[in-house]
Amino acid sequence: METLIAIRDTITVQEALDFIQSPECGGEVIFTGTVRNDTRGRGVTKLFYECYEAMALSEMQKIADQVQARWDIKKLAMLHAIGDKYPGDIAVVIAVASAHRGIAFDACEFTIDTLKETVPIWKKEFFTDGGIGQ
Amino acid sequence: MGLLLFGVAKDIAGAALVGIPETVTNVAELKQWLYDRYPAMQQLSSLMVAVNREYAGDTQAIGAGDEVAVIPPVSGG
Repeated sequence: METLIAIRDTITVQEALDFIQSPECGGEVIFTGTVRNDTRGRGVTKLFYECYEAMALSEMQKIADQVQARWDIKKLAMLHAIGDKYPGDIAVVIAVASAHRGIAFDACEFTIDTLKETVPIWKKEFFTDGGIGQ
Repeated sequence: MGLLLFGVAKDIAGAALVGIPETVTNVAELKQWLYDRYPAMQQLSSLMVAVNREYAGDTQAIGAGDEVAVIPPVSGG
């Protein structure tokens, strides 16, 4: 399995899609996580993402290793943005390619679910009412 | 020994890096030291410690030369 793992100020769906496309793959699944404009009814103006970069990249690699062990996935891209992000901005992209679609859906869901549980990345929420939340 | 802090733990401590005393020799002792010095950390839903960029259990030893970090509840994605 080939992997693209990155944490950057700006990420794009296109770079993930470009990375996973391959003649041997017939199924490509892409998950994008974008900034929502409210949290439990409170308006959100922006999110600020920070990370413990060295460990975050290491934990993302562990997820890729688990994907490789469980499924016959050919390509996996795992991108996370950091810094100030505004409603509609892309915060995370997971892209998976395999010969057939079924395992690509499974691997994509596993990757984003595990990323949210284990990768040391934090968001701070800035609300329209002036409040700040973690 | 230095301790890296992130997210809400950094905000509670008011610093991204703090010194920890030599009397702290393992993860459990580090957590107790943190809770004593920064009582607000007791309110967090979880508080993990990473040693050399790996999640560490309470009994793991820490010492000079280790990279030690406080990991409050993560919220990526």
